[in-house]
Amino acid sequence: MREISYLEAVREAMTQKMLESDDVFIMGEDIGVYGGAFGVTRGMIEQFGPERVRITPISECGITGAAVGAALTGMRPILELQFSDFITIATDQIVNQAAKIRYMYGGKGNVPMVVRTPAGSGTGAAAQHSQSLEAWMAHIPGLKVVQPSTAYDAKGLLIAAIEDNNPVIFYEHKLLYRTSGPVPEQMYSIPLGKADIKREGTDVTVIATAVMVHKALEAAVELEKEGISIEIVDPRTLVPLDEETIVSSVKKTGRVVVVHEAVKRGGFGGEIAAMIAESEAFDYLDAPVQRLGGLPVPIPYNPELEKHAIPQVKDIIRSVKATLNRA
Amino acid sequence: MKAGLQVPSFITEEKLIELHRQMWVIRYLDEKVDEFFAKGLIHGTTHLCVGQEATAAGACAVLNESDKITSTHRGHGHCIAKGADPARMMAELFGRETGYCKGKGGSMHIADLDKGNLGANGIVGGGIPIAVGAALTSKMKNLGYVVVCFFGDGATNEGSFHEALNLASIWRLPVVFFCENNQYGMSGSVKEMFNIEHIATRAASYGIPGKVIDGNDLLEVINTTHEAVERARGGEGPTLIEAKTYRYKGHSKSDAKKYRTREEEMDWRKNRDPIDRFARVLEEAGIASKEQLEEIRVSAFKEIEDAVKFAEQSPMPALESLLDDVYI
Repeated sequence: MREISYLEAVREAMTQKMLESDDVFIMGEDIGVYGGAFGVTRGMIEQFGPERVRITPISECGITGAAVGAALTGMRPILELQFSDFITIATDQIVNQAAKIRYMYGGKGNVPMVVRTPAGSGTGAAAQHSQSLEAWMAHIPGLKVVQPSTAYDAKGLLIAAIEDNNPVIFYEHKLLYRTSGPVPEQMYSIPLGKADIKREGTDVTVIATAVMVHKALEAAVELEKEGISIEIVDPRTLVPLDEETIVSSVKKTGRVVVVHEAVKRGGFGGEIAAMIAESEAFDYLDAPVQRLGGLPVPIPYNPELEKHAIPQVKDIIRSVKATLNRA
Repeated sequence: MKAGLQVPSFITEEKLIELHRQMWVIRYLDEKVDEFFAKGLIHGTTHLCVGQEATAAGACAVLNESDKITSTHRGHGHCIAKGADPARMMAELFGRETGYCKGKGGSMHIADLDKGNLGANGIVGGGIPIAVGAALTSKMKNLGYVVVCFFGDGATNEGSFHEALNLASIWRLPVVFFCENNQYGMSGSVKEMFNIEHIATRAASYGIPGKVIDGNDLLEVINTTHEAVERARGGEGPTLIEAKTYRYKGHSKSDAKKYRTREEEMDWRKNRDPIDRFARVLEEAGIASKEQLEEIRVSAFKEIEDAVKFAEQSPMPALESLLDDVYI
């Protein structure tokens, strides 16, 4: 299988779905000749033209609402919000409109739209361009929330997201765009709500999302040298959440570290920890569930401070050892 | 039109009589809702459009069933005018399973997608970009329908209004922005919240036509909306219509209306009432006699009485239905 980047995988998923159906189109700021803030849509306006690769004014509320209206009337829009921080400007349309329309209308109508948006820190873009706000969206009934960590997952999950009849928030991590991996050329979809075990292990389950999957994989190599075997579970989608895979991994290892980049306080890690505590896996726990997340601080500009604000490989190693040291 | 009234050719005399009746249905529905709230028979909140019947009836009169509307928190009139069944609306207000939203939406969320009503909205200005998206679908799929987007004066100070108008203008979308300026956003008077006389002047900022009309004059609403709809259907893009009107009731049920005078309210009720005015037009044009007009009023009243009976007799939703329809 050829290797392509995460960015190319996202583009390929969109391209293949647009070739398959005229209902699918993309819209967003600077997605034409500029190719979007990160180059994800580069070349698409040449291929599909300005009707279906629709460059918008800088109006996050307006364009998100337009995507909602288009979805409600039979299109399948893919909206690119330039940075996931800008979801704050589009929040009414996502939270009050897209998420609720079907329910409020008694099951009539649906909003099959995808909001693709780059999230996370690590680019020096500081506090307003580096946040991880996925727990906000995961809190809202009616939205599905996806966080792919590999090129393979990015393509398969985006295809599933476009095919889904619900609004889906699709978080792409900026640092992952240039990472590569094997990706089939043909279309395939990965069901939303199916976690992936990125590495099998026996001593500790590490549940990690997005960039943290890669940090956990690095930690696993280090820990293995010391004879510690970790199993890495990537939920891939926060909503729906594959509780079964998580629970069965925890039952196997008896110890858990949950790690995400978002601020730990109120983060999705708390939800996963609580879900484990409420599940049958609780009786298999040999230590309390550990959470690792960002510090409660806006992401700073300085590169050393920026790194310090979110969990690093050494932090995962320390956490894994800490849980093993609990009696 | 034998009576010589200036209206689009497809508006027949029968249609005018039907519109008169429709305005009574709208009024009686909301009067009845007001009464039930006072008696505690309907819970939650509601926003009544008593006094604003001509904007809903007039604007929707020029639309086809395939044309669409988006509505507001004060949306009962729009809903009826776009073809909804008052009985199912009343059932929704009673929280019943037979309501448009199976009792889960209530007054602020009634939608009737089959008739092209994309829904009321509890967020001021929330529906404006959605109308633009629906118009985008029409254009991209070449479906030929037009969207009439209703909103109030208050919504035009929301960012969504400005973003949506600009977007619709640059993309020349088939949408008509219809502002019902009823003079107040809750207690906020247009005199205090705007430094412009007419909201329609904002159209100039987006390079689209802006029209100021008397929203209590049914014929003026019909003619202006028709012109804007034709323009939109012809691919020439959006129009902003500002219809000056007035709500007789407060913003919602608990409103003591301290922000306005009794004299102002009585002036609108006595001298500018849209239903009375149109009744006179019909009578003077020889389209309907006083007796016929009275029969129409009584039949509208009866329809709402029947709607209430339907609502009262409808079952409550099963508790098991609580989680239905969150996801498909």
